[in-house]
Amino acid sequence: MAELVQLLFAGLTTGAVYALVALGFTLIFQASEVVNFAQGEFVMLGGMVTVFAYQAGLPLPLAALLAVLVAVATGVLLHRLAIEPAKGATVVTLIIVTIGASILIRGLAQLVFDKQFHALPAFSGDAPLRLLGAAILPQSLWVLGGAAAIVFGLWLFMERTLLGKAVRATAANRLAAELVGIDTRLVLALAFAVSAAIGAVGGILVTPITLTSYAVGTLLALKGFAAAMLGGIGNPVGAVAGGLLLGLLEAFAAGWISSTYKDGVAFLVILLVLFALPHGLLGRRAVERV
Amino acid sequence: MNRRLLLVSVASATLFAAASAARAAEPIRIGSFLSVTGPASFLGDPEKRTLELYVGKINAAGGVLGRKLELVVYDDGGDANNARTFATRLVESDKVVAVVGGTTTATTMAAVPVLEEAQIPFISLAGGIEIVEPVKPFTFKTPHTDKMACEKIFADVKKRGLSKVGLVSSTAGFGASMRNQCLKVAAAHGIEIVADERYAPGDTDTTPQLNKIKGSGAQVIVNADFGQGPAIVTRNVKQLGLELPLYQSHGVASKSFIDLAGPAAEGVRLPAAAMLVAEQLPDDDPQKKVVLDYKTTYESTQNQPVSTFGGHAYDGLMLLVRAIEKAGSTDGVKIRDALRATKGFVGTGGIVNMSATDHMGLDLSAFRMLEIRGGTWKLLY
Repeated sequence: MAELVQLLFAGLTTGAVYALVALGFTLIFQASEVVNFAQGEFVMLGGMVTVFAYQAGLPLPLAALLAVLVAVATGVLLHRLAIEPAKGATVVTLIIVTIGASILIRGLAQLVFDKQFHALPAFSGDAPLRLLGAAILPQSLWVLGGAAAIVFGLWLFMERTLLGKAVRATAANRLAAELVGIDTRLVLALAFAVSAAIGAVGGILVTPITLTSYAVGTLLALKGFAAAMLGGIGNPVGAVAGGLLLGLLEAFAAGWISSTYKDGVAFLVILLVLFALPHGLLGRRAVERV
Repeated sequence: MNRRLLLVSVASATLFAAASAARAAEPIRIGSFLSVTGPASFLGDPEKRTLELYVGKINAAGGVLGRKLELVVYDDGGDANNARTFATRLVESDKVVAVVGGTTTATTMAAVPVLEEAQIPFISLAGGIEIVEPVKPFTFKTPHTDKMACEKIFADVKKRGLSKVGLVSSTAGFGASMRNQCLKVAAAHGIEIVADERYAPGDTDTTPQLNKIKGSGAQVIVNADFGQGPAIVTRNVKQLGLELPLYQSHGVASKSFIDLAGPAAEGVRLPAAAMLVAEQLPDDDPQKKVVLDYKTTYESTQNQPVSTFGGHAYDGLMLLVRAIEKAGSTDGVKIRDALRATKGFVGTGGIVNMSATDHMGLDLSAFRMLEIRGGTWKLLY
């Protein structure tokens, strides 16, 4: 039992970060059909900017806020300088543009910050909580709670605000959205900004557990993308489910099967799921209208 | 001989003399490829700084064999393919006489065939034992091997009267190599490996693996890796409340490990070079002066704390300079022979005694056993 709970929390904590990255992928994909491989860099910026602002003497909440702002600015600039000028290019071209942007952001981070790993103090102490014989870090609860709050906030925004409805309308049919007077350019910029903010918050929450460096974004982007595919790209609920599932798969594969092949096991399961359900667990079937 | 021919021959003789004079003053080119950026940059960066710093110092003191040293450094970014390309460039277009570099075992091994074929002495700064075992005619290395780290750790485990080891290692380069060496030498030291868990580079949680070790009956945990992995393992051990002694490798021998692992690092033991505890060395320790000199020089010029990795570069450069002076020549084979004949060289990594069958020249005494106490290194023995 203790082992089960331990693995469960290990998987959920890692999975929550994957879920946030996958959510970022989904938002931008919905609004623009662009798969933004620079998504992991937002997580990196969240962690790194907070670390350096905190070291410079800013209180932690202020440092975190600054980090979110930097990430949002980066997201908006990414849209304005890289995606917008390439408007009308094929999806593959746009994906390559985002990969290029991620390399640029990583390179700049390496210059502006440094090449070392950094840690942040845990928000509410390092003493693990005991739950059914398992040891859980309070920070894990921050990560899980933070992720839940983001998902809920995003749902509210999408369902209850006019701007959120505009985003959904653009996702559903861009031309129709433009015809009813929605500024789709603004909506797209908004999608990048919100994605960046979500990634940055994720990065801030996990840094006390996972540490951070300028290079952490690459792996997260891959894992987050896998999670988004698993859940069904374009579906926010699917992204969260895919992320949590991927984290759990990794933890249980490491704990019960073989830690050497845990990533292999996780990706094997993803492949099998995609064989059976090519659109992911919750993805909607793409319908070609003639 | 007519007058005109005489003029021509005088002119050409003058030209020839001028050319050979220029050659005498021509600098001795030393090549290097290092992982100054990329995942191993925390190794490559201090290595580059050290090489540049000391080449400058040697030149200011008159150079080697009356000639200046010229350093050609390339950044391979930790990529073995780049390393091979740069090694080829060093040989073919830069025409270096020797190479001091190769931050990681992977980049080193990629460059070895190129440099061996060109018969250029190569002093690697990487840890893997395969660099010098089997011995390759022109390849040397300065850092301790992962095998020595395993042996030093196991000896300490036995000293505590324990024998059951739970191993947790990264699947990447150094971790994988050290794991294999530990598995290989365990039996000879009376050590039983009761768990052999692994994690991927970049993994941010190792509690599932440690949980398995917890249930395996292990008496101590040995972690083979460098970078952020060991910090995560150390924190996770604390988180799970495992009361087992934890050993790290020399791969974490920098202050940043203590910063990253935080209070969880308390009580962690590791084998490491004398550099980390320079001030704590007894005054009669032969390494004390060398290590303190390097530390003071580095820290006063680079404005950052010294690491053992830069020390490997210092040792490599000094070994090479010594060999060139002893050989009295920049001929590859002669330098190689002089390197092989190195005896009693006191470096930051230990006392080096090379031979035709030992291209590293360090023994277990080069490693000190340290423990982290009160957020700093404490020399045990």
